[in-house]
Amino acid sequence: MAIDNETVKRVAFLSRLRVENDKVDATKEEFNKILTWIEELNEVNTDNVEALISVNDLSLRTRPDEVTAGHCRTEILKNAPAAEYDYFAVPKVVE
Amino acid sequence: MQEITKLTIAEALQGLKNKNFTAVELTEAYLKNMAQGKKYNAYITECADVALAQAKIADQNYAVGKARALEGIPLGIKDLFCTKNIRTTAASHILDNFVPPYESTVTQHLLDDGVVFLGKLNLDEFAMGGSNETSYFGPVINPWSKDKLLVPGGSSGGSAAAVAAHLCAGSTGTDTGGSIREPAAFCGVTGIKPTYGRCSRYGIVAFASSLDQAGPIAQDVRDCAVLLNSMAGFDEKDSTSCNLPVPDYTSFLEQDIKGLVIGLPKEYRPNGLNTEIAAYWDKAAEMLKARGAIIKEISLPHTKYALATYYVLAPAEASSNLARYDGIRYGYRAKAEGEHLDELYIRTRTEGFGKEVKRRIMIGTYVLSAGYYDAYYLKAQKMRRLIRDDFMEAFKQCDIILTPTSPITAFPIGDESMLQNPINMYLNDVFTVSVNLAGLPAMSLPIGLAQNGLPLGMQLIGKPFDEGTIFKTAAAIEADAKFERI
Repeated sequence: MAIDNETVKRVAFLSRLRVENDKVDATKEEFNKILTWIEELNEVNTDNVEALISVNDLSLRTRPDEVTAGHCRTEILKNAPAAEYDYFAVPKVVE
Repeated sequence: MQEITKLTIAEALQGLKNKNFTAVELTEAYLKNMAQGKKYNAYITECADVALAQAKIADQNYAVGKARALEGIPLGIKDLFCTKNIRTTAASHILDNFVPPYESTVTQHLLDDGVVFLGKLNLDEFAMGGSNETSYFGPVINPWSKDKLLVPGGSSGGSAAAVAAHLCAGSTGTDTGGSIREPAAFCGVTGIKPTYGRCSRYGIVAFASSLDQAGPIAQDVRDCAVLLNSMAGFDEKDSTSCNLPVPDYTSFLEQDIKGLVIGLPKEYRPNGLNTEIAAYWDKAAEMLKARGAIIKEISLPHTKYALATYYVLAPAEASSNLARYDGIRYGYRAKAEGEHLDELYIRTRTEGFGKEVKRRIMIGTYVLSAGYYDAYYLKAQKMRRLIRDDFMEAFKQCDIILTPTSPITAFPIGDESMLQNPINMYLNDVFTVSVNLAGLPAMSLPIGLAQNGLPLGMQLIGKPFDEGTIFKTAAAIEADAKFERI
């Protein structure tokens, strides 16, 4: 399943990453190399194999939906690239 | 180098108890080593002030006879563990100004036991890499380097190099596909990746959540046991953490291995396996046999497919985990005034992530995208079951598995074949990734030096939650191998 330039651009956008126009060909070739290598998995018939989602056989625990850590707005906003009026601030966006 | 920094953690604890030296003296000795060892680039952030304050408290506790299990032991922390009020970068530009307001569970356990934090250790960006060369803060230098500068392995390259060069008494690492074991092997130190679920992942910057596990790197097997005793344990904050009792791992070290069945997987001896590595593998098996263990050839038939399986699943999980870095709430934000909101995300992520991280995000996004999910992601999840089943079958015939850790010794920084073709770099993980896919515990310990003067590691793989058998077997190999550390 070799991928083309359009797919590279689409995947880049889905990833919210930019691949410059002059890098699209190189990226495509690199991806195709990796994907061809991955396709060796098709040598194995897995029709009757159940997908393994978690190595631990236990089912996930549930817990009461309680606030365990709160009232730390100031601490959290310290890491914000921009904050105003006790909120995260984002650039003005016109859509 | 300061003499007291050559002590193991177990020896240093004895020295502190006997008042041969104080925790402040021990910490200052490491800080001096760190100043002299800047050339290794092992630390991203040093925190001498924090360390000295913690060491003073440790000395007070010794003075009043209230010393905790690791009181006053200076450690380095992989910069993937969130540490409260100490910058945590994941070796990425996108997090290079991030100061967590909370502490990871594993590092909290260590703090509760009285350790001293010397600083945050270098790694591959977001732990994605096998050579520490993808770090935004530059590569770590392997302390075994002679004429050429060598990589320390990765991703926990700083953690392994710092222990080897005595820039800390022990360190924390994380292992998603070999990231504790490979650097431990390359740097001639010992590291264990415990069973998935043994150590809490809470507060560890996520790479591939179904594979990531924290573990210690230290000078010897006993120190790994001492550190893991503190790091392991159930945590409500991690839904995959297992609620099982943690045994005292040091209690296994002196145990007899008579009658223990050691499995040697035939698939780990492909044509073209480095003859020196094969010879050391045989030698390690002989050592165990001489102590009464039974050596048995086993088969793990799907071994060949483990790497390709891993390089579907790990990037898929990474692409999802790393979606959170959008420049809005924390971390780096690109300048993008008055444009489409997506433009802000795209610029932030394109400028903030390095090449290997972007490659994996895109591969992961592709294998999860509509139309390809079944062919790649679901296929890999099915392969993962076959790989795990192989181990479960093998463990019906043996108690523990012995293999080499890596097919090569440490290689030069900037190696062309590795950098030109990412698959060549990925192949270094051939002996380690299956363990993560199966969720098993595994340790790497040094066995000897290759002709080129560089350390080689042996890997011991245990049954789920049977780290104890790994510790007793490793202790036996260590006693016979008599590896000479730096």
